[in-house]
Amino acid sequence: MAVRRMPWLLPGPEDLRRRSEAIDSLQGARGEALRELAAHELNNNQLLRLARSLNLARAAGAEAPLSNFTLRLVSNATTDFIVPALEGTGLRHGFALKVEAAPFGVTLQAALSPEFSVLETDPDAILLALDYRAYFADYALRDADADATVDAALGKLRGLVRAFQASSRAAILVQSIVAPPERLFGSFDRRQPGTPAWLVARFNDRLVAEILETGVSLVDVEALAAQVGLGLWYDHTQYMTARLPFADECVPLYAEHVLRLIGAMRGRSRKVLVVDLDNTLWGGVVGEDGVDGIRLGQGDPRGEAFLCVQRAALALKERGVLLAVCSKNDESVARKAIREHPDMLLRESDFSAFQINWTDKATNLKILAERLSLGLASFVFLDDNPFERAQVRQFVPQVMVLELPSDPATYASVLMNAGLFEAVTFSNEDRTRVEQYAGNTRRDTLRAQSCDLSAFLRSLRMQVIFTTGGEAGWPRFAQLINKSNQFNLTTRRYTEAEISAFAADPETLTLQVRLVDQFGDNGMISAVIAVREAADWVLDTWVMSCRVLGREVEYAVLNQIAAEAHARGIRRLIGVYRPTERNSMVREHYAKLGFVRVAATEGEDRWVLDLAQFTARDVPITITRNLVPA
Amino acid sequence: MDTQEILAKLTPVFRDVLDNDRIALAPEMTARDVEGWDSLANIRLMITIEEEFRVKFDVGEFQEYRNVGDLAAGVKRRLASH
Repeated sequence: MAVRRMPWLLPGPEDLRRRSEAIDSLQGARGEALRELAAHELNNNQLLRLARSLNLARAAGAEAPLSNFTLRLVSNATTDFIVPALEGTGLRHGFALKVEAAPFGVTLQAALSPEFSVLETDPDAILLALDYRAYFADYALRDADADATVDAALGKLRGLVRAFQASSRAAILVQSIVAPPERLFGSFDRRQPGTPAWLVARFNDRLVAEILETGVSLVDVEALAAQVGLGLWYDHTQYMTARLPFADECVPLYAEHVLRLIGAMRGRSRKVLVVDLDNTLWGGVVGEDGVDGIRLGQGDPRGEAFLCVQRAALALKERGVLLAVCSKNDESVARKAIREHPDMLLRESDFSAFQINWTDKATNLKILAERLSLGLASFVFLDDNPFERAQVRQFVPQVMVLELPSDPATYASVLMNAGLFEAVTFSNEDRTRVEQYAGNTRRDTLRAQSCDLSAFLRSLRMQVIFTTGGEAGWPRFAQLINKSNQFNLTTRRYTEAEISAFAADPETLTLQVRLVDQFGDNGMISAVIAVREAADWVLDTWVMSCRVLGREVEYAVLNQIAAEAHARGIRRLIGVYRPTERNSMVREHYAKLGFVRVAATEGEDRWVLDLAQFTARDVPITITRNLVPA
Repeated sequence: MDTQEILAKLTPVFRDVLDNDRIALAPEMTARDVEGWDSLANIRLMITIEEEFRVKFDVGEFQEYRNVGDLAAGVKRRLASH
């Protein structure tokens, strides 16, 4: 795909045609499969292919659970390219959309004639897809009768609206128009009555004031074209060749905008924005960097990017979108940051619910839905971590998971441009919805039930690479040990020189752990130091990045330690846990791994694993041991 | 890129646009020889080929190609002039 116009969606699959064919031969309902495939960003050829699959499903009566929707399309240009794009995009929004369009060459005059506007079947909506060419000639200066020209254009549209209202109860969608990018005078066009730019601006203003009413909604095509860029919106060659009203490349985005509106008319818009915290609402990891260490606010470009995310979320909240937090964090630390960080725009009272814990996010989203008494289909999930996004997509597919580019500067605009909270009205009730929910959140928390993750974890194609004695890794090894606070069993800090000394000792294990998965190389994410005492290995240090929690990496690490120990004739592993303010999440780490507690004092718990009794746990990870001579 | 390479790269475009994996292009083939290659499909082919090869045809140019060989030669000319 050339340009990503919809970066909030996953990129379109290369093998879309093969996957569509597979759906075409499914026994039973195909709606879910079609919808899942349409959730990607697709080009026109791909949307055409999906529209074919939809039509096959409809012919077989297999379109469930999609909702049927019929759209009448009236246009002054070629619609053949737009119809399948609309139908394919409809799938993304849960519709089995049938678009009825006048065949190519039917003029606006004919569309207005009685035999055409009296409809055989009553559609659910009628889209009057007229561009400026339906109203105004190119370039001509109409200064003598500028206002009359706009009157006549609005009269034309009003006549069409009335004609359809007289014969149908369908909702009517009208479009704002887009000025041609060429100017007659230049900047002067805006103040000179009768120039194309003046006529278009006047028309759009009056369209909003005079034509829109209950049952008539606006597709703001002018705003859409502005977002794409006027020079890219029009393609004169395509217009002259085939009467394409705007560039073919923009059709998928246009279709997406039309379908958002149809979705909003049917109450399909989302209602809740669930946000992650670390590297989503602020830069950095608060559990590691501390409240003072996170990056947020003016004066730091990265900090400003996250401030911008907060500004967007706050604006959404003020128009009635509920906000909730779903974060893997120590709740008291995270809440402290929300309460006390001077640059936080969002405070605790802006959120309707919180799930801050170390449980998987799919489970937490289900709990949030229960607590807010809202369906998961009204949820949007914003998280910088591709692993979390994939897990939520897999286990709660009803939730709209925003795809995010790597640059946080784009997060706010991706969120806003995704158009998930599209509305056709705005009422006082919307304004106050957030307060209504504040007192209303259900307190009875669901018992946390983890999803069956193993198949999902296998699908990530995780590969762990263990290295012992590799000098190249010492700077990162030292950094992990010295910066990790949460998944850190003993919080002992060492310099690179000390680490080199450990590594030089043949009786000591220094284990570097790297993780690669389908999202890319996560780099070194865990480090272990084990020191020999008689026939035991004492686990002096064990740290891991919280980013890879819940992926069974720690089991793979234990398997590896046990294997290394076995090779050296070690009989027992001694686990040490030294509590700090930050590391309560690993209090039961050794219990989880099958160690037995032998001693507990104020400053230290000791745990033992007898290797004679140990069986390696089966993990959904491919293991590579990278032998580097010390 | 020589004509053979262009034909090889055009084949998946035709297969995708016309949704038919059996299409095997040859220079003498015309729209009449390929099922579904009608005037609408022709526009889709034009746009997809422009995107795929990162070229732009002048208005009317694409419609004047008489067969696949003409088209491949046109793409070759366009690529050379970039």
